[in-house]
Amino acid sequence: MSVLVVVECDKGEVKKSSLEVASYGAQVAQMLGTTATAVAVGEATEANLAALGEQGITKVLFDAEPRLKDFVNGAYTKLIAAAADKEQAKVIVLANSNVGASVGSRLAVRLKASLATNVVELPKTDGGQFTVKRGAFSGKAFADVTLSGDRKIIAVKKNSIEAQHNGGQTAQVEPFTAQLSDADFADAPKQVIMQDQAGGILLPEADKVVSGGRGMKGPENWHLIEDLAKALGAATACSKPVSDVDWRPHHEHVGQTGITVSPNLYIACGISGAIQHLAGVNSSKVIVVINKDPEAPFFKAADYGIVGDVFEVLPKLTQAVKELG
Amino acid sequence: MKFLVCISNVPDTTTKITFTPDNKEFNKAGVQFVINPWDEYALTRAIELKEAQGSGTVTVLNVGEADTEPNIRKALAIGADDAIRVNAAPKDAWFVAQQIAHYAKEGGYDVILMGKESIDYNGFQVHGMVGELLGIPTVAPAMKLDMSGNTATLEREIEGGKEIVEVAAPFVASCQQPMCEPRIPNMRGIMTARTKPLKVVEAVGEGAATAVAEYQLPPKKQGVKLIDAANAGELIKLLRNEAKVI
Ligand SMILES: Cc1cc2nc3c(=O)[nH]c(=O)nc-3n(C[C@H](O)[C@H](O)[C@H](O)COP(=O)(O)OP(=O)(O)OC[C@H]3O[C@@H](n4cnc5c(N)ncnc54)[C@H](O)[C@@H]3O)c2cc1C
Ligand SMILES: Cc1cc2nc3c(=O)[nH]c(=O)nc-3n(C[C@H](O)[C@H](O)[C@H](O)COP(=O)(O)OP(=O)(O)OC[C@H]3O[C@@H](n4cnc5c(N)ncnc54)[C@H](O)[C@@H]3O)c2cc1C
Repeated sequence: MSVLVVVECDKGEVKKSSLEVASYGAQVAQMLGTTATAVAVGEATEANLAALGEQGITKVLFDAEPRLKDFVNGAYTKLIAAAADKEQAKVIVLANSNVGASVGSRLAVRLKASLATNVVELPKTDGGQFTVKRGAFSGKAFADVTLSGDRKIIAVKKNSIEAQHNGGQTAQVEPFTAQLSDADFADAPKQVIMQDQAGGILLPEADKVVSGGRGMKGPENWHLIEDLAKALGAATACSKPVSDVDWRPHHEHVGQTGITVSPNLYIACGISGAIQHLAGVNSSKVIVVINKDPEAPFFKAADYGIVGDVFEVLPKLTQAVKELG
Repeated sequence: MKFLVCISNVPDTTTKITFTPDNKEFNKAGVQFVINPWDEYALTRAIELKEAQGSGTVTVLNVGEADTEPNIRKALAIGADDAIRVNAAPKDAWFVAQQIAHYAKEGGYDVILMGKESIDYNGFQVHGMVGELLGIPTVAPAMKLDMSGNTATLEREIEGGKEIVEVAAPFVASCQQPMCEPRIPNMRGIMTARTKPLKVVEAVGEGAATAVAEYQLPPKKQGVKLIDAANAGELIKLLRNEAKVI
């Protein structure tokens, strides 16, 4: 019996959220007195997989089948189910990503496991119960959920668990195959189109986010947001009306009906702070609000604020970041 | 084609969330319930595809008690042809998925559409469970859905981009923007909705696989620290030295 961790890789690198998942899995394994094995999906390099030892993983299973480089729900599910059986895994941990949720929900049925998504803390195992804390009501609350199945699947929310780095430890990388057939690739992509992401930082993975609302007045002013984001190494985001009128692409829309982010730093520029917007960002560790209206509701949810004009304030902030060095 | 659209009945997005004094249940008192906003994309797209095909039906399905009927009627007013209500409190995603899979199979639906996630429990998991129970592909979350004959072309969002996926019906897709512009009911729709069939059926399968032990509200913020706009650079120093986030 071991804990099985699903690790997503992209262009050879293990995703940041998967490093968090690996640390989570290793800590659960320790609680249960066992070891953590990873199964890797996506485009990976052996060296990067071996480095998962730093997060406490002892062994990594990897199928080098080229069709597994892109996300295929059917094939990924079968691969991970086979790994879970091989390792007799009672607990499977994955990221609460589009891949993790797609695969995790199918696995839950196939392995007759109880599934909790959006999990924000390590489990509690007192009194023979297995309980996890998860986000609910779109960031407005948390729920402690008891998983009753013999097998458990946990999808960990990004940026909720710190990835650990124990230098020098390496994991053993083992080739693995799940006897995949063509039918498992029914939903294989015909084409994969990646976004042209400013500064190369993906919003769902970002630990700093600079976000703009209607107060930015128009898409021609977005260089102010992008300059600050670039200086900080942050991703850019926006409010719903901004993407509705196509000032920015839909994948940048955060909030109750967009993506939920929980970075260490969220800077809101010219965003009023409507309840639906807050729902997507209020689990950020530090929130900064820049708004010319001192009565803007966002200030109530903020840690730091500047009452002022974004067109004057943003260049000053960018300058100050550059001066930090 | 026969479309099945699953709709969840959720607190309005402006709801202030509170719980019963023992923190074991969501406090429904005074709360306005709406069709889950993501499900509106699924519903409108199903209606558009049916109209484009010139034939077929759109059925909405909800797992819920009688108090969800106003929102089921709203879905009928938007343009669904008929509705099924599985008469049970939706205990968790596994319970709900079993109901959807059972009645989807019984009705022989070609396309099963859902919202990306339910904004109350944020599970993002019913889609995969239903797909697995029926042994058919799932595409989640889908930003675009077109049909040509029996084949669907979808855009599946992945972190940092999208995949173009082609699947043959039957399949499950969970929908999100910018798939379509969700429709709102018009007067004629509201009138005809009253007489459209709404079938109430009993729950099947096993109970829930998870249970909520306790709810909590997020910790309150300490209050905002304001920095003078004239001295905006000071904020960056605070973020580095005090908050330690940059
Ligand atoms: C069902 C539903 C779901 C929704 N989901 C979402 C969601 O997921 N995400 C989301 O964001 N919204 C969502 N909304 C919309 C939400 O209610 C608000 O309308 C929206 O968040 C407002 O966007 P905004 O703050 O950019 O614009 P506004 O509310 O127009 O705010 C603009 C702000 O900019 C400030 N401002 C103007 N000029 C300047 C300047 N020069 N300098 C500084 N500040 C300036 C103003 O004081 C104001 O506070 C949803 C609504 C509904 C009904
Ligand atoms: C009073 C009350 C208490 C509840 N308590 C709990 C609880 O403790 N734990 C819990 O997990 N859930 C609870 N629910 C049920 C919850 O509202 C969902 O119906 C169900 O749990 C699925 O949630 P999810 O977030 O996993 O769905 P997701 O996987 O996020 O939903 C995806 C899609 O599935 C479809 N769908 C979801 N629910 C339904 C439904 N009921 N009928 C038809 N289609 C649906 C929709 O298309 C939705 O967009 C409760 C509901 C009520 C009314």
